[in-house]
Amino acid sequence: MAKVEQKTVPLNGDNAVALAVKQCDVDVVAAYPITPQTIIVEKFSEYVADGEVDTAFVCVESEHTAMACSITASATGARVFTATASAGLALMHEMLGVASGCRAPIVMSVVNRALSAPINIHCDHSDAMSERDIGWLQIYAENSQEAYDSIIQAFKIAENLDVILPTMVGLDGFVLSHTLENVEVLPDQAVKNFVGTRQVPQVMNHKGDIVPFKLDPANPLTIGPLDLHDYYFEHKRQQEESMRKALEVIKKVHADYAKLSGRSYGNGLVEAYKLDDAEIAVVCIGSTAGTVKTVVDELREKGIKAGLLRLRTFRPLPVEDIVSNLAGKKAVAVMDRACSFGGNGGPLFHEIRHSVYDLADRPQLVNYIYGLGGRDIPPKLINRIYSTLQKIAQTGQVDKPIQFLGLRE
Amino acid sequence: MVRSMSEWKFTSKEFTQIPEKFASGHRACAGCGPAVALRLIMKAARGPIIATNATGCMEVVSTIYPYTSWNIPWIHTAFETAAANAAGIESAIKILRKKGRIKDEHVDVVAFAGDGGTFDIGFQALSGAVERGHDFLYVLYDNEAYMNTGIQRSGGTPHGAWTTTSPAGKVIPGKAEHKKPIADIMVAHEMPYVATANIAYWKDLVVKARKGMEVNGPAFLHTFAPCPRGWRSETGKSVEIARLATETCVFPLWEAEYGEYKLSSPSKVIALKPEKKKPVDVYLKTQGRFRHLFKPENKQVLEDIQSEVDRRWQKLLKACDMA
Ligand SMILES: Cc1ncc(C[n+]2csc(CCOP(=O)(O)OP(=O)(O)O)c2C)c(N)n1
Ligand code: SF4
Ligand SMILES: [Mg+2]
Repeated sequence: MAKVEQKTVPLNGDNAVALAVKQCDVDVVAAYPITPQTIIVEKFSEYVADGEVDTAFVCVESEHTAMACSITASATGARVFTATASAGLALMHEMLGVASGCRAPIVMSVVNRALSAPINIHCDHSDAMSERDIGWLQIYAENSQEAYDSIIQAFKIAENLDVILPTMVGLDGFVLSHTLENVEVLPDQAVKNFVGTRQVPQVMNHKGDIVPFKLDPANPLTIGPLDLHDYYFEHKRQQEESMRKALEVIKKVHADYAKLSGRSYGNGLVEAYKLDDAEIAVVCIGSTAGTVKTVVDELREKGIKAGLLRLRTFRPLPVEDIVSNLAGKKAVAVMDRACSFGGNGGPLFHEIRHSVYDLADRPQLVNYIYGLGGRDIPPKLINRIYSTLQKIAQTGQVDKPIQFLGLRE
Repeated sequence: MVRSMSEWKFTSKEFTQIPEKFASGHRACAGCGPAVALRLIMKAARGPIIATNATGCMEVVSTIYPYTSWNIPWIHTAFETAAANAAGIESAIKILRKKGRIKDEHVDVVAFAGDGGTFDIGFQALSGAVERGHDFLYVLYDNEAYMNTGIQRSGGTPHGAWTTTSPAGKVIPGKAEHKKPIADIMVAHEMPYVATANIAYWKDLVVKARKGMEVNGPAFLHTFAPCPRGWRSETGKSVEIARLATETCVFPLWEAEYGEYKLSSPSKVIALKPEKKKPVDVYLKTQGRFRHLFKPENKQVLEDIQSEVDRRWQKLLKACDMA
């Protein structure tokens, strides 16, 4: 696959997502509007109204129905997309587990927004982090370009016969969704060729026949049955197995896409920034990484060995990449844009600290909960993190392992 | 707007020869009304068909993995999603056929849900799917309580009935409220086809099911289906009890095409000869769930039930221009 010529188009994150979906020849879109995702649904409605897509657009009465509808459309053999945020994702919760359990490779963009109450429309990751264990792949974009690229990759990952699992692409509400950025856009045909037509695996039905895994009158199949103590556990184990396999698939799809587009994000799972020789590092997810990179550059100019590890893929968790990238660092700060109330730090902190635990030379770790409800995260706050990391690196001492950053206390 | 439907003609013998799409061997209780309804309705299929089921007795008894009673493609997702499921299937079929990825000329989509999945938790999804005009048949099999979870009240449970969440107590004698008029609410959606049916009138039931499949757009079939387990009734009497529900006008049979009500013959007979209308007690007495109503102190409840049945019957006659 050779790199293709691309157009530069000014797009906000939501419009970048809508455009990617349009190019992926999606069969069914069932969606419901919610700030800051609304632009995606609106833009897609325009594509439908103008006859620019060959898609059944189901403008449903709730997110719960959006997901139910997506599951059965997917089970009928369609390529399916939906989008939501915050309360919408929370309302879908029940159906998210059904989607992964029914092995419906739906792609959904989640425009990350705070959860109520109090009601707040701005960015944090509490919506998607609350769905951590629901069986969906989770990829988070740093900018609108990556949101565009990730949606295209997501169809290919989700529908891969080694995976067949639903996939979320997170983009930060307003920070990305509503902010104009120059986005390099692939030609329609190149995207179409890249994603191909949806494939379904072959499975054994109740009669012992091998049939396509879909609702097909020629090959009756019962999907979503009652599954009790005698088989349920094996089915859940298979789901976990597919999650593990997804790690390689994500890397492969990412690499193929890089050849086509000339763009890559680390290895598709994690992106290490000036991390090789770094002594202190920040780990974060999403658009904050852009700000952290600027700070790292400034610190490097001052001779401070600072680096960044951005988790692009949160589910499946790329444990090996986390471990290999953080081994030997003196001090690491994990930034969580979500709070696990009553827990021992934020959700990302749990994963990172847990992953490096077995390292003989594991770094000292500190957790920062930040940016809830869209609270700004300016470079000066990130500088403060690195200062603390320097102190920890010097003293080998962590005073306060879990801290809240950028709020009145 | 009313269009004539179903030219389907068949003898009883021919009907019995239609292959079973809902096979025996499922785990429904003896005398289960809903299982009879599903079997009959599936025999009314006119061609390729996909079914979906809400959580509830029928889903649970028919698909215990790795077994299934369904000789057709079938999917279950959740309790409140039968209509949403149908919407997804129908939308996918339409577009995939347009794109040449489905060869079948037409695929019917049928959604099955109990009273809990319809009157209560699934109502929003049902109303939305009908408003959007998806082409599917929604079958409400009404056994008048949440049976799968052990006989709890629903919006479809009748006044006075005992359930485990509307117990016949010392102060409150069973369910305080009357049954929600769900089929009328569906008619108010100005949808192409709404009908009530009853397992005791199997021919009427299967013809209505066929019509519901044939109609372009959404169709709603409210099917009365006794549950001996939850109604505390004899397992051998489900059909008899179901028939009494129509003979007492507790559950009249009618159709409405685009809002135009029309009585079906079992109820039309009563409309023409009102002396044929039986008092509600003959129906209520067949079921243990109403037993407490026959204590002297609950006389008022019995009277309330009769007067509400009468009031709704009169209203229906008016709607059918037969008052
Ligand atoms: C969201 C949700 N709430 C509650 C339940 C538990 N539940 C399963 S089936 C059921 C009742 C089903 O009643 P109905 O729709 O009348 O069907 P029936 O069992 O009587 O056939 C309930 C409450 C559930 N599965 N999902
Ligand atoms: S409890 Fe009632 S509805 Fe459920 S299977 Fe038994 S008889 Fe049928
Ligand atoms: Mg019920």
